[in-house]
Formats: sequence, C-alpha cells, structure tokens
Amino acid sequence: MNTAIRIRNLNLYIHNHHILKNINVEIPANKLTVIIGPSGCGKTTLLKALNRLTDLSPDIDISGQIFIGEEDILHTNRDITEIRKQMGLLAQRPFPLPMSIFKNVAFGLKIGGRRNKNILAKRVEYYLKEVNLWDEVKDRLHQPASRLSIGQQQRLCLARGLAVDPKIILADEPTSALDPISTQAIEQKFAELKKNYTIVMVTHILRQARQIADYIIFMHMGEVVEHGPAEQVLNNPKEEKTKMYLQGVFY
Amino acid sequence: MNLKVLIKIFRKTRDYLTQGWMIAGLAIVILLPFAIGAGLYIKSHNILVQHSFWDLVGSTDWKPLSGKFGLYPFILSSLWITLIAILIALPIALLSAIHLTTYAKPWVLRWVHPLIDILAGLPSVIYGIWGVIAVVPFVQQIAEFMGYKVSGYSILAAGIVLAIMIIPFILNILIEIFRSIPIELTEVTLSLGATRWQTIKKVILRKALPGIISATGLGISRAFGETIAVLMVAGNVVKIPSGIFQPGYPLPALLINNYGEMLSIPLYDSALMLAAFMLMLIVLFFNVLGRYTIVRFEKRM
Repeated sequence: MNTAIRIRNLNLYIHNHHILKNINVEIPANKLTVIIGPSGCGKTTLLKALNRLTDLSPDIDISGQIFIGEEDILHTNRDITEIRKQMGLLAQRPFPLPMSIFKNVAFGLKIGGRRNKNILAKRVEYYLKEVNLWDEVKDRLHQPASRLSIGQQQRLCLARGLAVDPKIILADEPTSALDPISTQAIEQKFAELKKNYTIVMVTHILRQARQIADYIIFMHMGEVVEHGPAEQVLNNPKEEKTKMYLQGVFY
Repeated sequence: MNLKVLIKIFRKTRDYLTQGWMIAGLAIVILLPFAIGAGLYIKSHNILVQHSFWDLVGSTDWKPLSGKFGLYPFILSSLWITLIAILIALPIALLSAIHLTTYAKPWVLRWVHPLIDILAGLPSVIYGIWGVIAVVPFVQQIAEFMGYKVSGYSILAAGIVLAIMIIPFILNILIEIFRSIPIELTEVTLSLGATRWQTIKKVILRKALPGIISATGLGISRAFGETIAVLMVAGNVVKIPSGIFQPGYPLPALLINNYGEMLSIPLYDSALMLAAFMLMLIVLFFNVLGRYTIVRFEKRM
C-alpha cells in the first residue's frame, strides 16, 4: 500500500483546548479514505490541518509532522500556496466564487499563470465534463455561478478544485447540503476519481462511509480510535468505542 | 352567552385592535418621509410660482434683498465637500476594515470596535471645534506651502472634518460586511493556490462590492446632510469654490445660518424651504442610487 499522507504525533490546541490528540495515521494513495466520528471530534480540524488552513486562525497551536510524499508540510520552506495547490478542497456547502461559471473553473489556472484563452477554454470544458456538468451549463458559461442549483454548484466547486491539478482531494462533508440525487452524483464521481487522486473525506453519515470508503479513520474526542481498511473497521472493529459508534450508541 | 364565548370575543377584538395599532404605526413610518417632503414642497411653492426651478438651481446669484435666490453655489459647495470627504474616508475605512477582519488578531477588533462606536457617537460640534483648532490651521499651512494665501476655512477643511466623521460610520458597516463573508470562501480560494492578498483582491472584495457600494451611498447621504461641523470650518462664503483651498457654503449651513432671521424679506423663507427640499432630494437620490446599484449587482453575480 502506497502512503499519500503520513501524520506523526500531530497535536493541535485552540487556546488551551486540546483539539487533536497525538494523531498518528497513514492515508493510502489513490484510495478513498473516510474520516468518521461524532460531531466535535476534530474531523474537520484534522482535514484543515492537512491543507494548513489552520494557519488562518491565530489561536491555533499545532505541533507534529504531516508528510505529503517526503515533505513535512508543517515545517517546510516551500511556498504555502504551492502546498495548498496540491490539494483540492470541497467544503460542506458549495462556495462558488463571486463570478461566472467559466471564471470559477478558470480561477486557479489564471492564478497559476495560464492566460492563453484557447487553453483556458479547453481546460474549463474538460473539467466541467469531468464532473458531468458541461451539458447543463455549456450555454450559460458566463452567467454567475450563484444561479446554479446547490447540487450543480457543488459539482462546479469540484471541477474548480480539479482544475489546478491536485494530487489529493479534501472533502468536508461534501454532500451534507445536497439532495439525494446530487449526493449520489458526487459519490459516484468520487468512486471514479480515486483512480487518479487520493481522496480524504469527512462524513458523519455511516451509510456513505459503508458505501464508498476504502479506508476508514474513526475519531472520538480528538483521538484516532481506530483506522484501517473499511471492511475491517466496519465489520470487525477492534475497539469498544468503534463498536458502540457503529451500533449508533452515540453520534 | 357563556363565559367562553365572551373570552373568545374579547380575544378576537384585542387581536384585531393590536393589529390595527401595528398597521397604524407602520403607516406613520411609511408616510413620514412623504409628509416631510410634501411639507417642504408646499412651503417652497411660493418661490416656484415666480421663478422657474432650473433658474433657481442653476443660478449663482444669491441676493435675497433684491429677490435673487440662486442656489447653485450652495449645491456645488455641498457636492464638493462630500466628494472630498468620501475620497478620503472610503480608502481609509476600506483598508482598516480589511485589516481588522482578515489580518488582525481577534483581540484587536475586540478593542477597536468600541473605539469606533465612541467616535461614531461623538457630538458633531466636537468634530467642528477640533476642525477649527486643528484642521483649519493645517490646511492653511499646506496652502501656504503650495503658495496660496488663504485663511484655511475651506472646502478641503470641511471635507477632512467630514471624512473623519463618517469614517467610523462607514467602517462599522464595512466590518459587518466583511465579517458576514464566510471564512470557507477564503479557505477554498487559498486552496486553489491563491495568496492571501489575491484572495482578498479577487474574491473577498468582489463578494463585498454590493456592501461597499451601499456603505458608500449611506456615507454620502450622511456626509451631505451633516451640518454643524461642516458649517464651522467651511468658511461660508457665497461663491462657487474655485479650488479646494477656497471657502464654500454648503446647503445645510445656508439653512441653519439664515432660517429664523430676515424672514420678512419676501420669498426668503420660501427659498430656504426650497434649499431644504433640494437637500432632501439629493440625499434621497444617493440613497436610492446605492440601493439600485446593489440590486443590479446582485442580479449580475
């Protein structure tokens, strides 16, 4: 098993609250890893630490190591924007940029220095097709992205993230605001995308975890209680807490 | 009739009455601006019978004793002062708001917020006094440095004082606007490889644009109507200001300096009412313009 992300002794404090407690875990490459656990257990914080979005909050103290490939991204001299670009981020709700559908997808490319209009147009089309949105929007590419339905917006956000050619996709409960059909569309897309990308997804929906996870990390109260291949964690959990969570004793 | 029915009737009546009061209250609020506008218009009607509206607004001749009531210098003074004030206030407020809501640590905002409220709540006469003792000499020295011999009482001094007065007002609105933009929008933009500044410039400012326009519109409305402080430093000479170091005579100052005096002069009181009516129309215009722009913008986004 190839490891895409290796987390070593990760501790994170907000003010003096110990949010992530000594996390040691490996996330396999080209697999769909799902982080499950009750709300408030630190799932989202862990996800954001991978992208160093935790830098945004001055109250956060973080220690330990996060290796992406060979590089410890918490202690690197490389430009932070370069590191973030390796990871596409899909938030709980779609957050389209305040501009047209086309510009949303082209945004990352333009920032990365691509200006050639033909290339941009081709790339935008490619990624919109990649998320099965092209046919729905091809006639109104220059309309504001906010006019799309929520489900379409979330697929647009996925296309926008893919357009900067990341290796990893970070998704924070990406379907929690979506209707069942849009949810299915995203789940199916993820199942296809994992051939080329490492996907880390936070969810609190066990059904979703059962359906699409290859690898599962179960967190509780800021600790990783158990992690392993999905089959094993879901069907033969070793830890008592995992069993209780899977049986629905706590959420 | 038994008690239950009585209670029911009582309740219904009470309900009906309270609702009636609410509608009455609402009606007053809605009718008030129209009532004020109508009052001013009726009072200024006398002068409009004898002179055409455009003659009054477009004429620079202000000689009440000979029956000449040109409002143009006053309107222009007000516009100049407001323009200067907005040009100074908006960039300062915008930069502060961006800093406070993105780069600054949370405690800074916690400390600065009450300070802004205090500034916003200071009586305008204090700003006026301060303008006289600090801004006017400052402007005079700058003018002297640039080779002009002036008193310092000028539309620039008025614009500076006014800018300082509306900065807290605009800043408060802008802070709320920037705070209402979800942090996730910043996060996703950063994750696309944008730097912090690119995020602010290309996404956050764009998202905030309707709010910034609205804040500017409200700032202009407020600046245009501000009276005391401006009156104290503007110089109040009836003349079209030929430069920023020249004195001006803004509309509100005209009203407050003259209303109540010399009302025996024919049509004088009517001319002042027209000035008040103009003031109201201009403020209304900026308000509506701001709101309309927001609506257009939101449709486009």
